[in-house]
Amino acid sequence: MSRLLPFIGFMLLVGLFGFGIWWNTQHDPNAIPSPLLDKPAPTFNLPQLYEPTRMVSKADLLGKPYLLNVFASWCIECGVEHPVLTAEGPTLGVQLVGYNYKDAPDDAKGWLAKHGNPYDLLIADEPGHTAIDFGVYGAPESFLIDAKGVIRYKHIGPLTPDVVAKELKPAIAAMLKEAP
Amino acid sequence: MRLLLQMLFVALLTFAGVAHAQAIEPMPFKDHAQELRFQHLTHQLRCPMCQNETLADSNAPIARDLRNQIFRMMQQGKSDEEIKQYLVARYSRFVLYDPPLTPGTWLLWFGPLLILLGGAGVVLVAIRKRSRIGSTATEAPTDNGDDW
Amino acid sequence: MTPELGQLALILAMLLALAQSVLPLVGAWRGNRALMAVARPAAAGQAVFVAMAFGILAWAFLRFDFSVQYVADNSNLALPWYYRIAAVWGAHEGSLLLWILILNVWTVALAAFSQKLPEVFASRVIAVMGLIAVGFLAFIIFTSNPFGRLLPMPGDGADLNPVLQDPGMTFHPPMLYMGYVGFSVAFAFSIAALLGGELEQAWVRWARPWTNVAWAFLTCGIVAGSWWAYAELGWGGWWFWDPVENASFMPWLVGVALIHAQAVTEKRGSLRAWTILLSIFAFSLSLLGTFLVRSGVLTSVHAFASDPRRGVFILAFLTIVVGGSLLLYALRAPKVLGGKPFKVVSRETALLISNLMFAVAAAMVLLGTLFPLIGDALNLGRISVGPPYFGFLFPLLMLPVVLLLPFGPFLRWGKGDAPVLKQLLLRAGIAAAACAIVAAFFVDGQPKAIAGVAALVWLTVGVLLYALKRWREMPRGRRYPAEMAGMLLAHLGVGVFVAGVLLSESLSVTRDVRMAPGETQHIGNYDFRFDGVHHTTGPNWTADQGVVTVTRNGSETTVMHPQKRTYPRGQVQTESAVDAGVTRDLYVALGEPMDANDIEGAWALRLYYKPFIRWIWAGGLLMMLGGLVCATDKRFRIKRSAKAEAGAEAADGLQIQETRA
Repeated sequence: MSRLLPFIGFMLLVGLFGFGIWWNTQHDPNAIPSPLLDKPAPTFNLPQLYEPTRMVSKADLLGKPYLLNVFASWCIECGVEHPVLTAEGPTLGVQLVGYNYKDAPDDAKGWLAKHGNPYDLLIADEPGHTAIDFGVYGAPESFLIDAKGVIRYKHIGPLTPDVVAKELKPAIAAMLKEAP
Repeated sequence: MRLLLQMLFVALLTFAGVAHAQAIEPMPFKDHAQELRFQHLTHQLRCPMCQNETLADSNAPIARDLRNQIFRMMQQGKSDEEIKQYLVARYSRFVLYDPPLTPGTWLLWFGPLLILLGGAGVVLVAIRKRSRIGSTATEAPTDNGDDW
Repeated sequence: MTPELGQLALILAMLLALAQSVLPLVGAWRGNRALMAVARPAAAGQAVFVAMAFGILAWAFLRFDFSVQYVADNSNLALPWYYRIAAVWGAHEGSLLLWILILNVWTVALAAFSQKLPEVFASRVIAVMGLIAVGFLAFIIFTSNPFGRLLPMPGDGADLNPVLQDPGMTFHPPMLYMGYVGFSVAFAFSIAALLGGELEQAWVRWARPWTNVAWAFLTCGIVAGSWWAYAELGWGGWWFWDPVENASFMPWLVGVALIHAQAVTEKRGSLRAWTILLSIFAFSLSLLGTFLVRSGVLTSVHAFASDPRRGVFILAFLTIVVGGSLLLYALRAPKVLGGKPFKVVSRETALLISNLMFAVAAAMVLLGTLFPLIGDALNLGRISVGPPYFGFLFPLLMLPVVLLLPFGPFLRWGKGDAPVLKQLLLRAGIAAAACAIVAAFFVDGQPKAIAGVAALVWLTVGVLLYALKRWREMPRGRRYPAEMAGMLLAHLGVGVFVAGVLLSESLSVTRDVRMAPGETQHIGNYDFRFDGVHHTTGPNWTADQGVVTVTRNGSETTVMHPQKRTYPRGQVQTESAVDAGVTRDLYVALGEPMDANDIEGAWALRLYYKPFIRWIWAGGLLMMLGGLVCATDKRFRIKRSAKAEAGAEAADGLQIQETRA
């Protein structure tokens, strides 16, 4: 009987690997689940992209939910995501806040001029310190933040129509249902 | 398509021409001990975006930012534990190459010990069985006559 | 030479491999000599076609045939010819072609050198090799075809990853694969033994030289990879416990256990079932490594691009081969305790304990490597397991091995001799302690360094004392049989390796510094003077090349030229400058210029002083040499009588029908 042990142990391993292959088809192996989900967004105080003397803080944005979209002109995937954002943005029912990440303001403005500007508000984080508080490690990334300033959903990588339909919109709907 | 995008993502990160940061970055350490502490700490932390690299070795922009952040925190007098907690709060336990001992990691940390004990038990039983069979004949040399 | 011919060659090879595997197995089962005789010719035929396919792919690279997708993805017009050949195995599809080519190298060698083995046994062994070949060829043909076309053909290709454009790259994968694939021979021997009910008692003796050589190649491959990472990746590290590195280390660890278990089984007849199980484990881990690297199941800088379809295929293959062999083991492995008995204090016990430690170490590495996957499965979140885990547990598990090692040769089979052991303990122990105390002064009391010196002396004195014993007690010509000489070399290598690891880890100095031309930094006992950076070019790159002059006590030691290369596609690669030495390495890597527009000004540099780091690889090479020397022992050469021996036994149990056409 103990002679069967190696075989049994191996078959368990096969099960684990089968799971691994399946799991990879469902998840992006490079995506790290955010520890900030359902926690308050970090406080921030960042200048606006087009009017750098005017600051926007977390407190300013309380009261209405918004989608915080981290993007940059140097980010190729953002170019892929942008048309989706432009098309689907207005249908989401929340504000669209653009978070310009580690970008020279002129580069960002030029990029937006070329690709279009779907954002209701644009803030800039050139040094990238605040982004660390959000757990950002690349672009694009998107955060759904509710009226109370709590992060409800995060997506790493570009927003595709699929992701918007299957994940983002349901998350927005669930969030709006709760709000009084 | 997803695969292609993933590959683009990785390619971008590895060879980002514009934001090409280097892991070689002289920092104004107070003294050699602090430098050693920094090296030791950044070798234990994982770059959130790279394919399995330490914060110390990675060229990625986020790795550079995090190294600078860690340096700043060290200057502020924060301990290693506090720095690790800061990063875990933002990037999850993924960034720790040294998995903390929690119920979730008992299997990881105690597994080898259990396997060792189990194996040792098997070996002990095997040796006992063998040493009971026969007695004096054990001195017999092997076929080239010199116990080798 | 159209690439499609390559595809055709692979298909033909697979058909021949099918013949090579199925027919002889049926023949061995039924005693049909004609079917058994198919094995060798089929193997030869398969080898011819696989070599053809490989040659066609290499030719496509040499001729810049960018109409082949694989060539276009992995080379370009500026790539020198030697790297174009290396590019054949630079990515997934080609590396599999290399795998199957090397499998054929081993099979042909086996077919050639097994003429004196009993026919039934030999045909089973070759058939099992054929089964493995069928699996890999099917995998290549159905999921990973290197001959796919890219039309319209591009004017120029992409590039071989610059990290792979290094001499180590040409060397490391072939050596590694020789090892991985070589374990298939021990595996095939074990399966043949299980199938045949182990009628041939001497099969372990026949298997030993093959296993030793395979293990030696694996050692060489791992050493080459470690050295390459150190020289090429620029961060001075030589081992990272990356999943792909672990995938090569696990079969190595099991291989160590295997070569020692085979020694026990061959000489004393005991531990037969364990030896068979280890052979299965060793090759299974090789296959597992192949799976892990290509399925995308684990994250690694090393991993090939993943594809779930490929992952499923390899997993199915793995299940059939490994699951099948473990089932066969459960059903047919010897159940009765065989061989000569032994006491608690005996060489057998020592080898059993060392086997235990290596097996547990392999299990630990497997656990740590797979734990992130287990974490996902059990919903524990994304957990990372890295050097702090492995680097802590591995030395812990190896400590008993290092302590026991010198006793091994002094212990006798069956029953050890206590006074001899006590004498050894005293002599080697005192020598080690004395040297440790002296070393403590030189290394400022660093515990790791002291431990390294102690281990080196303990192991070396143990080896030397045994060599001396043999010199005194045995007549000339019989003092050091090859098998023993190999053992002594390999054990010496362990000491050198351990010393290299502990000393370099504890005594290395790394510094990131900002230097303007003319400035000097003092590290170790050396002064590094930065003499500026200028432009230079190579065959397919341009570079910023720095000049660093190193002096010691005023006299010049060397001039080093670290580079930052830019390749045709814009990739930037740091080429560090390494000044190798027996007692230390000096290492300089170029960072960024302080002012991006002025490369002639100040730069950021990383300077390393790494004492005794070469000993790590020297130790590994000694181990490899030991394995090779051991395999040359004339006891392993099959005498004519082997066939007769087995023939006589077979006549008692098995009727061989002679069917002549």
